[in-house]
Amino acid sequence: MIISEQKNPAEILAAIDGLQRLFLVGCAACATACKAGGEEEVFRLQEWLQEQGREVTGSMIVDEACHILRAARDLRQHRAAVDSAEALLVLACGSGIQSLSANTDLRVIGGLNSLFLGNVRRVGQYEEKCSLCGDCILNETAGICPVTTCAKGLLNGPCGGMEQGRCEADRELDCAWNLIFERLKRQGRKGVFARPVPPKNWGKVRKPGKLNLR
Amino acid sequence: MSLLQQQLAAGSFVVTAEIAPPKGCDVGEALAKAQQLSGVTAINVTDNQGANMRLSPLALAGMLVREGFEPILQLTCRDRNRMALQADLLGAAALGIENLLLLSGDHARFGDHPQARAVFDLDSVQLLQVADGLARGSDMAGKALRGTPRFFAGAAVTPEAEPFELMFQKFDKKIKNGARFFQTQAVFDTYRLKTFMAAARPLGVPVLLGVLLLKSARMARFLNDHIPGVRVPERLIARLEGAADPRAEGVAIARELVAAARAECQGVHLMTLGGEELIPEILG
Ligand code: SF4
Ligand code: SF4
Repeated sequence: MIISEQKNPAEILAAIDGLQRLFLVGCAACATACKAGGEEEVFRLQEWLQEQGREVTGSMIVDEACHILRAARDLRQHRAAVDSAEALLVLACGSGIQSLSANTDLRVIGGLNSLFLGNVRRVGQYEEKCSLCGDCILNETAGICPVTTCAKGLLNGPCGGMEQGRCEADRELDCAWNLIFERLKRQGRKGVFARPVPPKNWGKVRKPGKLNLR
Repeated sequence: MSLLQQQLAAGSFVVTAEIAPPKGCDVGEALAKAQQLSGVTAINVTDNQGANMRLSPLALAGMLVREGFEPILQLTCRDRNRMALQADLLGAAALGIENLLLLSGDHARFGDHPQARAVFDLDSVQLLQVADGLARGSDMAGKALRGTPRFFAGAAVTPEAEPFELMFQKFDKKIKNGARFFQTQAVFDTYRLKTFMAAARPLGVPVLLGVLLLKSARMARFLNDHIPGVRVPERLIARLEGAADPRAEGVAIARELVAAARAECQGVHLMTLGGEELIPEILG
């Protein structure tokens, strides 16, 4: 899922400067799981905004804010409250924010920062494992992604900064290449070490990405 | 053929040293330093070392060529994508630079621009392949070059890195992909050097031992805490601490390491950090 966190209050205040009436939007999926934009956070934001002397004309939690048509539908259902606001304040990832901005000409203000595509270790603990590179190498790397979990995204083994299997960029973290090496060894395979890995084909990540199955 | 390549091919004991480009565009001091490097075959020009932004090593290396010195251009993958790397490699050739040291580069996190976007479009193994490809007359897209560069490409190795096997496979991969000489990270433990060289020697590629001049016990501790892959044994720190003249003790330690290099390696890469005038003494 997409890991996000709330912008700090000062940033939000600066973003709503001069705006009196706001309609709040949360997301029932990732932003809820990250405790950044669920019911509870929307409710707390509403109280806080009122303390700041703002009027909240209404609020809604979209099932998945990244769903463009669903966001449109939910906006229509709240038309009156939305129309009486000067802006939407959205607690969803950047993708979710844009589902909303795609469906209204009202000003849309994002209240979250999107961080990464994350795995859940346990609730509240998230780790980045994949950066969607478009050309997955996991089959050769014993299921450990060096593009993402090596701080330099190297493809041919560890850098000179590895120490005792720990990463140069953060000694608290394991060097991805040491993990790959150890696991391949346990599997009795050479995997990625069997060949020089050519430079990554970044051309496979089309920007902006689009996939149309219909 | 560069002098470095000739001397290594001839089996001579080779000495290299390094200078860092200035932070700013006044190269006077860097050029004066080059003058001081007596007995040195080639001079590494570092590339935003430690991820601290400095003048382009390509520019300084080009000026060194003009002044009659032989540079080893360091080039890291951290700051350039594959197009910029190839462009700089061709630029180097046009400036008369043949020796290269191709590196992945320190993480930007530790330098003076921690907010920079690190690139790492290629890694050091891939960059070695690319330099090799250019020297064969074509770029990464397979397009023919007008004027083919001549390179003598080297790479870095950290002999003390653990796990040894993992470090060593990368070393081997670099050789298979075009590394024709190595300069090591600073090594202080001659036993570990011997272990490494016993494994490395059969691969037949010259290794220059990185010798870093220690100036004080405090500096040694700093290296242990902050420089990846560098380990100064407690025994040496104690020697520096107990010495009446720590600087002289540092020179003595460097001399011992040079002696070890004479027995084990094909040369030394001296990192004197402002102590260039001590080089003749270190080489003794
Ligand atoms: S290689 Fe890594 S970043 Fe690329 S798709 Fe696979 S897991 Fe994701
Ligand atoms: S220490 Fe390992 S994980 Fe960290 S940057 Fe170097 S190769 Fe990547």
